[in-house]
Amino acid sequence: MLWIAIRMLTGDAQKFYGLLFGIAFSTLLITQQGTIFVNLVERGASGVYNAPVAEIWVMDPTSRTTDVNYAMPSTALDKVRSVPGVEWAVPHLRSAASVRTRGGDLEQVAIIGVDDATLIGLPRNLYEGSKDVLSTPDTVIIDDGGAINMFGEGVDVIGERLELNDQRAVIRGVADTIPSFTSTAVLYTKYSQALNYVPGTRNRLTFVIVGAADGQDHKELTERIEAQTGLKAETRDEFARAGIDFIIENTGIPINFGITVALGFVVGVAIVGLTFSLFIRDNIKQFGALKAIGVTNAKIVRMVAVQAGMVGSIGYGLGVLGTVLFLKAFSGNPFFKGFYVPWQIPLISLVAVILILALTGFFALRSVLNTEPASVFR
Amino acid sequence: MANTAPSNSAEIAIRARAIARDFEAGQEVIRVLHGIDADIRSGEMTYVVGESGSGKTTLISIMCGILWPTEGEVEVFGTDIYKLSDTELVNFRLQNIGFIFQQYNLIPSIDAAANAAVPLIAQGVAVEPARAKATEMLDALNIADQAAKLPRQLSGGQQQRVAIARALVHQPRLVVCDEPTAALDASSGRRVMDLLREVAVASDRACIIVTHDNRIFDLADRILVLEDGRVTHDGTDMPEDH
Repeated sequence: MLWIAIRMLTGDAQKFYGLLFGIAFSTLLITQQGTIFVNLVERGASGVYNAPVAEIWVMDPTSRTTDVNYAMPSTALDKVRSVPGVEWAVPHLRSAASVRTRGGDLEQVAIIGVDDATLIGLPRNLYEGSKDVLSTPDTVIIDDGGAINMFGEGVDVIGERLELNDQRAVIRGVADTIPSFTSTAVLYTKYSQALNYVPGTRNRLTFVIVGAADGQDHKELTERIEAQTGLKAETRDEFARAGIDFIIENTGIPINFGITVALGFVVGVAIVGLTFSLFIRDNIKQFGALKAIGVTNAKIVRMVAVQAGMVGSIGYGLGVLGTVLFLKAFSGNPFFKGFYVPWQIPLISLVAVILILALTGFFALRSVLNTEPASVFR
Repeated sequence: MANTAPSNSAEIAIRARAIARDFEAGQEVIRVLHGIDADIRSGEMTYVVGESGSGKTTLISIMCGILWPTEGEVEVFGTDIYKLSDTELVNFRLQNIGFIFQQYNLIPSIDAAANAAVPLIAQGVAVEPARAKATEMLDALNIADQAAKLPRQLSGGQQQRVAIARALVHQPRLVVCDEPTAALDASSGRRVMDLLREVAVASDRACIIVTHDNRIFDLADRILVLEDGRVTHDGTDMPEDH
């Protein structure tokens, strides 16, 4: 009977493709929007991800994220270094600055000052140049997305001169980074150089990056640092999470994406529900005849379940494939750099598709199961 | 007043006793069958005739186990079918009864052979052997050459033959037909009924036909006439006043 069920479904091409479109479109909308949402909010943690060596971040108690911070006195570094379990601790400066390009445009950029001696705080890889270039005076390394935003695609930015808060800066490297949430260009330089670029205020040390001693539990160490220094300390994961939460709590992004995902679900229910009920209604006499002939309700349920399962699996596959192709097509765009499909998103889409089919299938089935076999004689 | 049924030694396929059936219409309960007693014999083609609303469709629905009577008992080949569980009753129909519907009710997206094979497939026979057996049945009905066609590619008469093949393919002991000629012109209807008589009537099989097509009354072995939910005639010929 399952063979008949599949033939009944595929035999009506218009409705079959309508059902496939409904499921595929819903899946695409939910998966694609969910993927963009996750990747976008994860950029709230890009500052943490771009400093891969940092195990613990120490900051002023009022600081919330890598970008929402309040500077500490420089003595904070020594305080942190004196905490047992701290293997090493280096200064890290993050600040905003205005930059005037050679073309005269004014751009807002982020300055990141990394430890002069160890260069801890730099991204792991550079596209162009090497980390050693930071030894050259007035050198900055720009992030790849920022280079494209400021100078355009395919332009060789090495040697470009910038006017950074009225100071001279020369780009001598391009870093491979995860773009920031705001896509602001990021300039990496040595901590001592960064102090020159950032307007002089009394406190300019924004973070202390810490490496824990071997075998030291990171969470315990953060608690110890907080207890002994009065500063705030977070593990890498906690601080990344804080950056993501900040975006979720302080922007309309979750609501906007949530609405789109909900719309995807509603559109799916509407298209699939309507098409499925039309399909069932068109075949109600045939289902009635099958019941009269001697097909049990259980077999009818299995037939409809197979029809729903077939439409669901093909439509879902097409929707996920559409999302992957979308990301592939836009992978060259700096906005989509590093975008990936988290495994949870297709799972959520799958649950949504199952819900759509269960909901629409239930109503469609109800009319079939309520059809009396005797109705075929009327 | 019902005539006395002719004596017949053939096996009684259906024994219906004191059948009554009520339908609810809002607050009102309407009784459409009033304590009907009827026997349907194997080896005969029995017609159930009557005006629209006389209860003939309700009666055969009850006789073939797809509509519960409000009162009464129905034995089909010795089985009191309304004492069976739902699943047993469905299975009983699948094994013992073939249906021919007025509108054929063929599945539009599968070909004639597959349509005719539906009861076998429902019984669990694999698709290909079922199709092969169904094609044999279509051959007996002289439309084997149409086996690969979809219902919409067939004429009304051909679709009815496919429906007949579907009703007989699993060798049922009872064939129930609802207005089999209603959608056909006179000559096609006659041909279909001749064919049905040829293939459906057998010593071990009963055939019961609901019709008000007086062009085919002469093909009946027995005629039950219903009026207002009561059997007013049970005999080998139509009463003269009809």
